Amino acid sequence: MTWRQAKWEEPLIFEMGNEGRVGTLVPIDEEINKEINEVQLPEKIRRKGDLELPQLSELEVVRHFIRLSQMNFGVDNGMVPLGSCTMKYNPKIEEVAASFVENLHPLQDEETVQGVLEVIYRIQEWMADITGMDLCSLQIPAGAAGELAGVLMIKKYHETKNHINRDEMLVADTAHGTNPASAAMAGYRVIYIKSNSEGLVDIDILKETVNDRTAGFMLTNPNTLGLFEENILEIAKIIHSVDGVLYYDGANLNGILGVTKPGYMGFDIVHVNLHKTFAVPHGGGGPGAGAICAKGELVNYLPYPIVEKHNEKYTLSKVPKYSIGKIATYYGNIANVIRAYSYILGLGAEGLSYIGKMSTVATNYLIAKLKDVKGLSLIAPNRFRKHEVVFSAKPLAVSTGVTALDIAKALLDRGFYAPTIYFPGIVEEALMIEPTETEPKEVIDAFANAIKDIINKAYENPQEIQKTPQNTAVKRIDQVYANHPTTITPTYRVLKLRKLGKITALK
Amino acid sequence: MYHHPWLPNLSHLDEMLKEIGVKDVDELFKDVPQEIRIKDGYRSLPQRAMSEFEILNELSASFRKNLNLKYPPFLGGGICPHYIPYAVKMIMSRSEFYTSYTPYQQEISQGLLQALFEYQSLIAELFELEVVNASLYDWGSALAEAVLMSHRINGKKVVLVPSSMNPFRKEVLRTWIYGKGLKIVEVPINNESGETSLEEYKNILNKHKDEVTAVYMEQPNFYGVVETQLDEIFTEAKKYKAITILGMNPLFSAVIKPPGEYGVDIAVSDGQEIGLALNYGGPLLGIIATRWDSTLIKQLPGRIVGLTKDVEENRAYTLILQYREQFSRREKATSNITTNETLMAIGVAVYLSLLGKNGLITLAEEILRRSHYAVRELEKIGVRKAFSGEFLEEVALEFGKDYTEIHKHLLTKGIHGGLQLDKTKALYCFSEVHTKHAIDELIDSIREVMK
Ligand SMILES: Cc1ncc(COP(=O)(O)O)c(C=O)c1O
Repeated sequence: MTWRQAKWEEPLIFEMGNEGRVGTLVPIDEEINKEINEVQLPEKIRRKGDLELPQLSELEVVRHFIRLSQMNFGVDNGMVPLGSCTMKYNPKIEEVAASFVENLHPLQDEETVQGVLEVIYRIQEWMADITGMDLCSLQIPAGAAGELAGVLMIKKYHETKNHINRDEMLVADTAHGTNPASAAMAGYRVIYIKSNSEGLVDIDILKETVNDRTAGFMLTNPNTLGLFEENILEIAKIIHSVDGVLYYDGANLNGILGVTKPGYMGFDIVHVNLHKTFAVPHGGGGPGAGAICAKGELVNYLPYPIVEKHNEKYTLSKVPKYSIGKIATYYGNIANVIRAYSYILGLGAEGLSYIGKMSTVATNYLIAKLKDVKGLSLIAPNRFRKHEVVFSAKPLAVSTGVTALDIAKALLDRGFYAPTIYFPGIVEEALMIEPTETEPKEVIDAFANAIKDIINKAYENPQEIQKTPQNTAVKRIDQVYANHPTTITPTYRVLKLRKLGKITALK
Repeated sequence: MYHHPWLPNLSHLDEMLKEIGVKDVDELFKDVPQEIRIKDGYRSLPQRAMSEFEILNELSASFRKNLNLKYPPFLGGGICPHYIPYAVKMIMSRSEFYTSYTPYQQEISQGLLQALFEYQSLIAELFELEVVNASLYDWGSALAEAVLMSHRINGKKVVLVPSSMNPFRKEVLRTWIYGKGLKIVEVPINNESGETSLEEYKNILNKHKDEVTAVYMEQPNFYGVVETQLDEIFTEAKKYKAITILGMNPLFSAVIKPPGEYGVDIAVSDGQEIGLALNYGGPLLGIIATRWDSTLIKQLPGRIVGLTKDVEENRAYTLILQYREQFSRREKATSNITTNETLMAIGVAVYLSLLGKNGLITLAEEILRRSHYAVRELEKIGVRKAFSGEFLEEVALEFGKDYTEIHKHLLTKGIHGGLQLDKTKALYCFSEVHTKHAIDELIDSIREVMK
């Protein structure tokens, strides 16, 4: 039997419903209505335009969004092997855990929220232990925000130390796009460090590049090829020799959980993505959550507030001496922090110590199944990967024209989400696969077979693969139409105005 | 042998290692130097795995330490308690949505893309602006992104903000713009009305004229006061070619002038007021919207979903204008944002669809009645509005005596009053979750200390 996704041809919510319908009743207090009939706002500030929201019954709204959900695909539907995203199973207990903070207001008197502060405090401590850092703040709503916090901390550190002309941030050429983007937001010039033929930071190039303008180096370990930077201690020494700061992008922490800690490797600042390593659901693109942690004197630069404990009382009072300030409006994505808390409780130190190992086993098992497949190649084939592996489909593309994108689309037809593709950029036709420790062996087997099947078909009849996907809600998308100045449509409002001739092409 | 529900392959370890061709797991980590290996585990963590039953007990034990409030807190400060219909939560807990990720593969992610397109479209109607992105983290970071956009557009470095803006958002703004060396200049308020002083505004704008990248205004401001001279302020700002940014309460844009009617360049906001839980301050939902102007749109941060078609001419949705994003432009990207607040955006889309035009206007009007009832009754016991200006759901109150005492007294009754602003003032929020009964009890309790 073939897998098929629902295909509803669901209209836009604006095209549904009818005049006068409501989807929910607003609570009306009769007593107050007797007292106050109407509040008249001054004419000058009143809304003039009609509020063009749809009018629907509750069933119509629910059915609409349920149908939309059926045209989507998450970990609960099937394997989502997106590399660098750690799409592991999200235990259901997390949803109950999060509901404990649903109705807590962030500005409540600390006396009234000792319970949540206790949990936040524990997570701060646990994250410090797990990363090998001294102190953590949970301000960051996602990894990229952690990087911004990190580079701003580095900037302020050098300023406070009167290190002048520190205007260069080093970034590995295998780094995620967020690393250079974050460095640029902090005003740094980005210098890329090339990888060697083994897919690791080229130590000689690093040595040549580092100088008294180096503010720091942003690195993941394992890197985005899934390879452990075995020279990490030397890398740390090189960066520290010029008083640079070594920043750990924690996106890939899953592969070494229980094996080593960023602090042991010589990193000074670390961010953790709770939505990757600690099973916070990805929510279709977010919300995530994170921790930003530091060691030694760098703890003085962490974003505030941090929860402290004095005489068995928890307070949000800690403002590090040279704190960069606030990254989030309140304290970060606390409901997700609580989700991660329940996940950690569900594993304990003992369970956590298996995560890095079992995710690494899953990756290398998949490699064993795929490494001799004609059409795929692997940089540094004799090195074991950790959380993920990046295959190149270049040999296949050269001989058949079937690309990494085509393989991705063909996987969709077989009931799998696709790997991350075309990242990292140093691998041509990259297929970046992260199976995670939660996918059962049989699913990894089926996934490997699907790839083999696709590649076999590509050699026999490449057009068939290039026509995929066929079993999803829609077929391949017209990206040109989507982005063309005369047809680009980011909202229904634009569609309406264009029909009325009221807006011009977007130049 | 060790079993765990989230580790299915423990029982197949030998088989998998054999397939890999190693004798033990350790061999897979031979590239991790011995001196950096974890030797004594994670000492600060609970050691053993807990069952679900035990996790729940543990959570309950902690959360029992929170004070059980009799009514939702009368707290604002940027986000207020509101009622969320169950259908919103139910849709947000659909596995297909909440366990998925960014719709990189559009063909299999149409449902999410359409929901996001609808979110963008609903906000566009609410704000009367043409372009909305798929979400940012929260209001503070949305404002910071808007100011960074302005800086990229005109290269200038001063952002004018009202001294009455939300102080938490201001701290976020200050942090995020530090890297680019931008500077915040504050415009004082009129102490009588609580509104931004137009006079001072003109002076300060004129003083910094060539340096102003953007002007930011908040509607209403932190003290709950509605600004009635936004037209004048933005007209003035435009003379100096500054980018105009309005931070707008989304719920009340159903009844008061939305950003689009002022002709502003960028609007920022938070979706919490329209369908999201308080979550002890996060996750929230950062909203950013712009006019139909390519200079602005090209600088927008984050994901944007667009309407298009597939190869068979079926209607379809996809991520658009991706040349702005970090994965394609790296250090030249408009922002580093990747993981955003998608699920919250879906929640807001469901909420706005449920309430619709009638519901949202009815809700705003009902809240106005409740807040005005509360203030009228408070005035009877000697509490005054701190400012004479118009207010919506939030209002700064002058108690004329030590507020700490009032606050403590309320807590003994299981009531959480407003946010203390100074010795005698506090900021209150009244919404549809506060009944007359609750408001009356609040006021009775305050009266006990006012005497
Ligand atoms: C290696 C790497 N670094 C940073 C990020 C950014 O993290 P986030 O999406 O949580 O902002 C990601 C993932 O998106 C990543 O894979």
